Amino acid sequence: MTPLLKLTGMTKVYPSVIANDGIDLEVHPGQIHAVLGENGAGKSTLMKIIYGVAEPDSGTIEWQGTPVTIRNPAHARSLGIGMVFQHFSLFETLTVAENIALAVEGSVADLTKRIEAAADRYGLDVRADARVKALSVGERQRVEILRCILQDPKLIIMDEPTSVLSPQSIAQLFETLKALAAEGYGILFISHKLDEIRALCDTATVLRHGKVTGRVDPREETSRSLARMMIGRDLPQARHGAVDTVGEERLGLFGLDFTPEDPFAVALKDVSMEVRAGEIVGIAGVSGNGQDALTRLISGEERLDAAQSEWVQIDREPVGHLGPARRRRLGLHFVPEERLGRGAVPAHTLSENALLTGHGSGLSKRGFLNFGAMKRFAGSTIDDFDVRCGGSASAAQSLSGGNLQKYIVGREIALKPKVLLISQPTWGVDVGAAAVIRQRLIDLRDEGVAVLVVSEELEELFEIADRLHVMFRGRLSPSVRTAQTDIEHIGLAMTGDFDHMSVEEPVPATADEAGAPGVVGAHG
Amino acid sequence: MTETLIFIVAGTLAATVPLLFAALGELVAEKSGMLNLGVEGMMATGAAAGFVAAVVTGSHTLGFLAGAVTACLLSCVYAILTTIFLANQVASGLAVGVLGLGVSAAIGKNYEGTTVDPLAELNLGPLSDIPVIGEALFEHDIMVYLAIVAAIIVWYVLQRTKLGLIIRAVGESPSSAHALGYPVTLVRGACVLFGGAMAGIGGAYLSTAYTPLWAEGMVAGRGWIVVALIVFGSWMVHRVALGAYLFGAVSLLELSIQGLGLDIPSQILSASPYIITIIVLAVISRNPALILLNSPVSLGQTFKASN
Repeated sequence: MTPLLKLTGMTKVYPSVIANDGIDLEVHPGQIHAVLGENGAGKSTLMKIIYGVAEPDSGTIEWQGTPVTIRNPAHARSLGIGMVFQHFSLFETLTVAENIALAVEGSVADLTKRIEAAADRYGLDVRADARVKALSVGERQRVEILRCILQDPKLIIMDEPTSVLSPQSIAQLFETLKALAAEGYGILFISHKLDEIRALCDTATVLRHGKVTGRVDPREETSRSLARMMIGRDLPQARHGAVDTVGEERLGLFGLDFTPEDPFAVALKDVSMEVRAGEIVGIAGVSGNGQDALTRLISGEERLDAAQSEWVQIDREPVGHLGPARRRRLGLHFVPEERLGRGAVPAHTLSENALLTGHGSGLSKRGFLNFGAMKRFAGSTIDDFDVRCGGSASAAQSLSGGNLQKYIVGREIALKPKVLLISQPTWGVDVGAAAVIRQRLIDLRDEGVAVLVVSEELEELFEIADRLHVMFRGRLSPSVRTAQTDIEHIGLAMTGDFDHMSVEEPVPATADEAGAPGVVGAHG
Repeated sequence: MTETLIFIVAGTLAATVPLLFAALGELVAEKSGMLNLGVEGMMATGAAAGFVAAVVTGSHTLGFLAGAVTACLLSCVYAILTTIFLANQVASGLAVGVLGLGVSAAIGKNYEGTTVDPLAELNLGPLSDIPVIGEALFEHDIMVYLAIVAAIIVWYVLQRTKLGLIIRAVGESPSSAHALGYPVTLVRGACVLFGGAMAGIGGAYLSTAYTPLWAEGMVAGRGWIVVALIVFGSWMVHRVALGAYLFGAVSLLELSIQGLGLDIPSQILSASPYIITIIVLAVISRNPALILLNSPVSLGQTFKASN
């Protein structure tokens, strides 16, 4: 059978790196083909070549048996190559049907019918007349998929589609993808999540440093063997210290109610929790359920009225009315999910970025900057966290996501926090750097710091957190010990069912050690 | 009393024409993400060129055409600066506005003091003969009605057609629109030129119909009112139109009150159209969801296509 798409010897060289080095790849109709690799392994470059965004330096592309040069995305779409992006490219102020009408021929009224028909057929539940701004992340992805399907492609490229979904939505997405494959669509599934690839795909091409390191049937592999192909070695297992060393309450929220100014943002309702010294508390949940307001209220970026200051407490002191600098002086440090623009100033050097949160810790004196101290501070953080960069004078924006994240986490840890709030610690971070960051958080906990982690990655939370809360539509669930629950139960809580968060039966002894039952993958 | 009412209603309809044309044009430009603050200058240029053309040719139609073309050329300068040279939109708009005021003075210099015949009233037959209502609503020149038609067309195109959808998409996220294959620069440029032409028509109405003479500075801040109307009308056609008519009505009301000789300081009366219009629009537009959904997110941001 002629393959839908055949790449031979695909090579793309950027000034500093060989992104793709002689990659061969074949996708057949009805196949779900995984492209597996760490961030920076060359997956994105390969997809850009297939979608006509980047031009290969050498190699040939055959589409349905005919050699082609894909000039631009419009050309790719006209051939029958559709793409569902990792970062959504929808217009928020327009309705679902209007968004699709921008990409597909036909009037809005006509498309509304086709959208509903396709939504029905593939289980993509979404209303055609809803404004995108009011949709959840999962719904937005369904819109992207619908938009892609209605362009009538033969090959669909899915770029890390599960990174923003709850486990139940992921299961639903897989049903959809399997239904599409059964109808003869070819699917290229880009991911670094091993268990998902094993559950969904029938072929996998593994990339490392721009080269193919494996071409396997993932159903016959273990997560461990796939991880070896992907990173070239076994991942270190995260080590926890003793469990029951929990101390004083460091951070407390008491009946926090908050309505953000943005009318489409979720309001917080009666949120209460505590984080004690020497424990890691995780907040799970699909993003957009109030996590943003919550982290801003804890960090001090969003302040409460003085009358409500008791709702947020550090060391049992009311701090709700204080700004971030005052809270930092009380020992609360914050690593936001946006590295560039919130965690670091993109155009500033690493040593200048050290000042952002470290200016009160000897980096400046009487309003004058102490350049020597800044440089030493940045240098030691760079060494300590093995940040790959051109030294303390390189601009923050020149670092890869993983390296900048290591730097920012390192900066906050070096400032000796009593409470560390960290949001999406490993978003867009490669597997190796993610393991380093997680281990550091665990070390911090063992040293008696109270750590609060907000994350969408359940595997991550199960790996490092002692207790878990779930956020859903502005409400925070009661906490549950990580050892007494599993992914299924937390997944249910992520859809609003807070009543069944722990596993009813006594937990098997083996699951008590690290993580939880049912957790597999490169991180687990 | 009836006399006053007729005076106010009829006057409002005419006084609003320049505002409404210019506002509809600027609204379309802003919907595509282009903040052209040169409306005042474009209206002035349209007024001067329209007046000169009407005097020279004796044709009002050619007057409006000349006003539209000249102001459109002026907006071309803005479009080139902002879409090709990626200059700051605010600074470019202000510069083009000032340029327009100068150009208008130069064009109109030798015609100051001349007059043209005002635009003829339409004969709407029996409608015009209805007592009171006929006099208030149906004894006007054609532009009074075309302004209303234009508002309906602009609303329809923006909200109900693919073209409008593309304009709104470009205004929200030029980069996403570009990724989908739409010619962002072309769309934005065309919207700016449309805005220029409409401002020119509005200006030409001022000088050839509303007060059929040319005097430097006769636009008298209407261009700035237009810019404010769009913001306070939350970029929605019907609210912007409502604001324009409200402004026209209060201006006329103010004149009537001054005529009555009431003991209200004239400064307060002169300021009242501005104050009342802004208060009313601000109050009806305080729904933040509506503002979020209708304001063009990329307003004022330059866009460069890249791969």
